[in-house]
Amino acid sequence: MLLVLTITGCQGPFPQSTFEPVTSFGESASQLFWMIFWFAVVVFVLVEGALLFAIIRYRARPDGPEPKQIHGHTALEIAWTLAPAWIVALIAVPAIEAIWEEAAPAAEGALVIQVTGHQWWWEYRYPEYGVITANELHLPVGRPVELQMTSADVIHSWWLPRFGGKRDLMAGRTNRLVFTPDSVGEFTGQCAEFCGVSHANMRMRATVTTQGEFDSWVASQTAEPTPLDSLTDLQRRGHELFMTARQPASNSCLACHAISGRSFGVLGPNLTHVGARSTLAGGLIPNDAENLASWLRDPSAIKPGTDMLKGDGSAVGMPTVGLTEDEITALAAYLQSLR
Amino acid sequence: MGTAATAHSMIQHAGSPTGIWSWITTTDHKRIGILYGVSAFVFFLVGGLEALIMRAQLMKADNTLVSAEAFNQLFTMHGTTMIFLAVMPLSAAFFNFVVPLQIGARDVAFPRLNAFSYWVFLLGALFLNSSFIFGAAPNGGWFGYANLTSAQYSPGMNIDFWALGLQILGIASLAAGFNFIATIINMRAPGMKMMRMPIFTWMTLVTQILVVTAFPVITVALVFLTFDRLFGTNFYNVAAGGDVLLWQHLFWLFGHPEVYIIILPTMGIVSEVLPTFSRKPLFGYAVVVYSGCLIGIIGWGVWSHHMFAVGLGPIADTYFSGMTMLIAIPTGVKIFNWIATMWGGQVRYTTSMLFAIGFVAMFIIGGISGVMHSAATSDLQQTDTYFVVAHFHYVLFGGAVMGLFAGIYYWWPKIFGRLLSEPLGKVHFWMMAIGSMVTFFPMHWIGMLGMPRRVYTYSAELGLESSNFAATIGSFIIGLSMLLFVFNIIRSVRRGPIAGRNPWGAATLEWATSSPPPVYNFSILPEVHSLHPLWTEGGVNAIPDEPPGPVHVPGGSYWPLVTAIGVIIFFLAPLLHMLWPALVGGALTVFAAFNWAFEPFEM
Repeated sequence: MLLVLTITGCQGPFPQSTFEPVTSFGESASQLFWMIFWFAVVVFVLVEGALLFAIIRYRARPDGPEPKQIHGHTALEIAWTLAPAWIVALIAVPAIEAIWEEAAPAAEGALVIQVTGHQWWWEYRYPEYGVITANELHLPVGRPVELQMTSADVIHSWWLPRFGGKRDLMAGRTNRLVFTPDSVGEFTGQCAEFCGVSHANMRMRATVTTQGEFDSWVASQTAEPTPLDSLTDLQRRGHELFMTARQPASNSCLACHAISGRSFGVLGPNLTHVGARSTLAGGLIPNDAENLASWLRDPSAIKPGTDMLKGDGSAVGMPTVGLTEDEITALAAYLQSLR
Repeated sequence: MGTAATAHSMIQHAGSPTGIWSWITTTDHKRIGILYGVSAFVFFLVGGLEALIMRAQLMKADNTLVSAEAFNQLFTMHGTTMIFLAVMPLSAAFFNFVVPLQIGARDVAFPRLNAFSYWVFLLGALFLNSSFIFGAAPNGGWFGYANLTSAQYSPGMNIDFWALGLQILGIASLAAGFNFIATIINMRAPGMKMMRMPIFTWMTLVTQILVVTAFPVITVALVFLTFDRLFGTNFYNVAAGGDVLLWQHLFWLFGHPEVYIIILPTMGIVSEVLPTFSRKPLFGYAVVVYSGCLIGIIGWGVWSHHMFAVGLGPIADTYFSGMTMLIAIPTGVKIFNWIATMWGGQVRYTTSMLFAIGFVAMFIIGGISGVMHSAATSDLQQTDTYFVVAHFHYVLFGGAVMGLFAGIYYWWPKIFGRLLSEPLGKVHFWMMAIGSMVTFFPMHWIGMLGMPRRVYTYSAELGLESSNFAATIGSFIIGLSMLLFVFNIIRSVRRGPIAGRNPWGAATLEWATSSPPPVYNFSILPEVHSLHPLWTEGGVNAIPDEPPGPVHVPGGSYWPLVTAIGVIIFFLAPLLHMLWPALVGGALTVFAAFNWAFEPFEM
């Protein structure tokens, strides 16, 4: 066992490790874990030790005497009922304290972000700033955050391990998660509640920056997209393709995607600043021209299940539209210009 | 029950009818036990194969061995199969074979109902697995969370197979549950008071009470689901005012007692095996009985510890944290009593004993990680990750399955009259124990280092490829150990040494009769004067080989099978969205049940 541990356990880095929390919330979960862990180690050693001792010390020997037929011992029974009761009580106090701590409302002036789970991507809205984005959360370091979470379809669970525990997103309910990031950096996570075919592909990313960098990110996210007349010909052709109505209607870009001032779809991610995001397809692949083209060509090859239909006949995710290579190039160029 | 011969009585001596027809019409609890055991073991291998394919897929990051959809079907069917088609019916095999013998009865209270339970189980299991033929195996997880299972988000037949299959299996479990409660309460041999019942029979009783109380809950949940999908009701439809959490509450209200339905029988098995091979009575018999009952009761009050991430609020989380910690106490007490049973004994390392010790050792690990989950705040990191997968496999595989193998090696000579090979059995044990540790131990840190459950693929960036590789290797070691076991049983059936009545020198009544027991179980009914009838001078009267006169045993009947077929046909109606199977199946069920009820009382 130790061998397996040393071979497999000591590599890294582990970007989604729960052992390296970077928020207050993650810290309290981690502390609780280690406290219980050491109790567990002691109990493990004592009980498994007693078991081992019993089977070795009292192994049958040839001509061994008939064992004394003991049926029980009341004092012992009471003792080993009280012992676990006592350990459990020691664990219960900090465990329950942590529950109430975590349930406390966010501090005054917390950054409220509305999170909506979709099959299979995350929508983030910053009502304070009017920012709408997808899959990549941007946060300033040191400011308390309150995520208000719901789902547009099935149940998802928002889990960024280094930020602390997960929380489910359910249609018709709003859940909260409160934490304060205390280090800058890039962090990754993923959906933790089985949500259909591409559950494994519902990834997320968070960028924690200084307040200044966060402010400039907000400024860029609230800026209007590049005016149409400053686009290149190729990009403008992409814009026209984007605005083209297709049959069936769900094959039209604008039916699902919003670009500020140009289209108003709400089913898919808001693309106003899609060119500025570092990943595509629910945080699955890096956002570059080649990946963008493959995604437009056949989304379900990258994220299985997007081409499936729901019970009412509507598409689960992005359909394979059947674009020509020229159209893909133009659309990709346009989308990349939306920074 | 009685020994008086009447014109309609079955008179049986050594030997019993053979041939397939005799098995199809059997109402003999021993044969039904064997049928349960063989079927469950086949499904155990199927579920194991599903696990191996999953482990092969997860062997490396970004692997493409199976598709996302196939993987989702595999983990759904692995969980569903292992719980409902393998572990529960394997326990049922022991309930059937062992309990009537342990209490000195000639059969169960309702032998034909018992046959009906088995046939409904088998046909339901085939119904569920036939979904593979249609490429529509269930794909919503064994927990089938609403609203992913709705007609909107899962329009295919996959979820119908699952929801209807579980309802069918529920019928089998409920019928068997009532049957065994009636049997244990009413059919004990003279002198066997409740507190003289063998511990396995006690745990069977507690389990069956849980079955008949918990299965109605999931049945309600499944009927709601079926109605939502079939008739457009809105129990789980948020848009129409329904609630997705209703499913989770109902499911786990059943699901947590279900965990104890799985583990209590094996706790009973281990509580038989440890004393026998320590040559000492079970330490604190009464305490083990009461702690089993207590687990059965507290097991009803912990369900929302599966739902800490749901956001039920601090009051609910506090309550369920506390109750979950509380259940650790009776569980710990059981473990201490098992160790104390061996303490001061003469511990014989038979294969069965090794599996029983393995059960205790593994169960301790699973129990401890269970307490770790009880702290809601840290569980928010663990729930829905591989840490949970590690936890419940220590309880259900290292625990329940190891315990079941302890039972197989223990009662095999009673069931078939021949011993299994001990050397092969020991190799099987060590391969399975080492395989389990290599498979499931790394999953603890795989989860804590950020890998969620139920993912068909994971990013190489997580740094978890080598750990997953180790887990895969371990799972294949377990797979090999099962091949060895299959070889062992084939070898034993052909040329295993003859076992005799009581090869282990055990204390309970099933060892007082010949191996395999005659169709009437005991030539004369035992009279019990002790908790350990075979270890106590005058604990039970001598049981001769031949009965002094004709013995009345229940005759065979094919009506239970016909009734079961009617039930299955009925369930084709909601599957196929057609009315006629409901009419045909319903009519056949009523017709067969009528014939069953008025069947002449003879073979």
